[in-house]
Amino acid sequence: MTRVYVPRDSGAKSVGADAVAATILTEAKRLGVAVELVRNGSRGLYWLEPMVEVETPAGRMAYGPIAETDVASLFAAGFLSGGNHKQGLGLTEEISYLKRQERLTCARIGITDPVSLDDYEAHGGYRGLRRALELDGARIVEIVTQSGLRGRGGAAFPTGIKWKTVLGAAGSQKYVVCNADEGDSGTFSDRMIMEGDPFVLIEGMTIAGIAVGATMGYIYLRSEYPDALVVLNEAIVAAVATGHLGANVLGSGKAFDLEVRVGAGAYICGEETAMLESLEGKRGIVRYKPPLPAISGLFGKPTVINNVISLASVPIILDRGADFYTNYGMGRSRGTLPIQLAGNLKHGGLVEKAFGVTLRELLYDYGGGSITGRPIRAVQVGGPLGAYLPESQFDTPLDYEAFIAISAMVGHGGIVAFDDTVDMAQMARYAMEFCAIESCGKCTPCRIGSVRGVEVIDRIIADEDRTANITLLRDLCDTMLGGSLCALGGMAPFPVLSALNHFPEDFGLPAASLAAAGTR
Amino acid sequence: MTAVAPWEPTVQLVLDQLNALPGALLPILHGIQEHLGYIPPDAVPMIAGALNLSRAEVHGVITFYHDFRDTPPGRHQIHICRAESCQAVGGEALIAHARKKLGVTFHETTADGTITLEPIYCLGNCALSPAITIDRQVHGRVTPARFDALVAGLEQRP
Repeated sequence: MTRVYVPRDSGAKSVGADAVAATILTEAKRLGVAVELVRNGSRGLYWLEPMVEVETPAGRMAYGPIAETDVASLFAAGFLSGGNHKQGLGLTEEISYLKRQERLTCARIGITDPVSLDDYEAHGGYRGLRRALELDGARIVEIVTQSGLRGRGGAAFPTGIKWKTVLGAAGSQKYVVCNADEGDSGTFSDRMIMEGDPFVLIEGMTIAGIAVGATMGYIYLRSEYPDALVVLNEAIVAAVATGHLGANVLGSGKAFDLEVRVGAGAYICGEETAMLESLEGKRGIVRYKPPLPAISGLFGKPTVINNVISLASVPIILDRGADFYTNYGMGRSRGTLPIQLAGNLKHGGLVEKAFGVTLRELLYDYGGGSITGRPIRAVQVGGPLGAYLPESQFDTPLDYEAFIAISAMVGHGGIVAFDDTVDMAQMARYAMEFCAIESCGKCTPCRIGSVRGVEVIDRIIADEDRTANITLLRDLCDTMLGGSLCALGGMAPFPVLSALNHFPEDFGLPAASLAAAGTR
Repeated sequence: MTAVAPWEPTVQLVLDQLNALPGALLPILHGIQEHLGYIPPDAVPMIAGALNLSRAEVHGVITFYHDFRDTPPGRHQIHICRAESCQAVGGEALIAHARKKLGVTFHETTADGTITLEPIYCLGNCALSPAITIDRQVHGRVTPARFDALVAGLEQRP
């Protein structure tokens, strides 16, 4: 029986994958051919979705994008044995976009059936946990520390150091909380992991639990990801049924349980302490630190909090060793980063590469330039709190420190491209507006500053006392940067100031003032 | 003895099912909204009582989160992404089109009660922007024409 793959990834479904899958089954039945349909994750080549793959003796052959109306012609072309078709892409593994990547964390996405444990284990799954179960907690933490893994949610804090604090903290109960509140525009790698390879996250969380002595884990999932919820819950049920989760993980005598909790549409709950409040059933209000969540986190207990990608990177580190992972990357940014290409790009999708790849390579060699065919004028990296970068900075390598050096941030690795029709004053205004909508309200610089920020930018756009208002805007940004309690108010000025500094002409200033303004 | 409100058995059922969870309030609110489409303001004392919280605390949580509604939505809910990636490929124009087409602005329901229009901030479908959801199902690369076709499909359905 021929195995055919059509993704169940919500991105693929957003352009008709379900209808394609259904039509393939109907057509196969009509023709009397036996087909085994697997709903895999997406390979992350979204401009080719829905991408249909067929298993052939030569390897998996890809066809895409496939519309419902293409299905009959696919069968006519003999796609079940890899026949030629106008939408044929050849061997999936040979597609240049995919072939040039270094997929470690996302190694299985699109290859396996996301909810098949057998498939997961056949592709190297649970080797990391088995290795971890041979070690004591301190040794696991040491390996994660040595790997150089830093928080992929955006803050880039060394994961091993966090774990070490929790390991050393006294507590009758400890927790592992996965931050799956992936709210940054331009990011979707967490979603792809959860929908496309949920077991790698479950395995990573289990290793974290075993390492620090936590017996309960929560995945705080944003409500905007209903498909991820379904897949995660299916995977958890399968893992419990086979003893990969529960009171006696793989017969080790160690317990680890896992539950998914769904957020309710508040961006601020991606901030770790607001997320804890939300998990406790409260408003997502940011907590003062200290105490660190590692000492007093969920329900006042020591808590490991990591992003989906950080946790999903742990299994391969345990399996292959710290050195294997550290060999990728540059400077103090070790390993790989699943980068997400979004916005106005021809070839948007997932590109997992070692740190060090430049923006220009990503935008043009992978992204293929703008979808509109116009020049790419600005790029926002790291979500709504990330800086806007002009063409002159496209040679910056993706590296935490290199980005900090240009007052930008890598964040969660989302890259949103804009062509030359973008109005950067409007983007700056939106950054402030977003901050105002999503502010938790606890601290004044964020709560009030963002509202005033919108007003000041409106006055600048309307040319009311422009010079004075630009001074005021910079002053306001300074207050927010220095006086906010968390990254929302503390970083919302990044897109605003970068827009103002790099694109002054959009604010009614002479372009030449860029030089005078310097880089800040 | 006052009559039992139509939502009361549902709220009680959800409370009975989820009350014992640690940090139960969000799961409870989601549960109620999933069944009723909104959280009746009159249910707040009942929820507060079951969780030993003040009514103010429950009200605070309901109003803090964008997802929770205190009025019934239209028969269908459309969320349009306002975030940067969608803006980069015509998201704002799509929103303007949707408002005009439906004759409502954000947080409003069409006069015939068919469609409620809401903003949303990122659906994680940024490689296929602009994105919208219709009754939680994501649609990518939504042009004004595609929007119209999707909405036409809704209006035909009861």
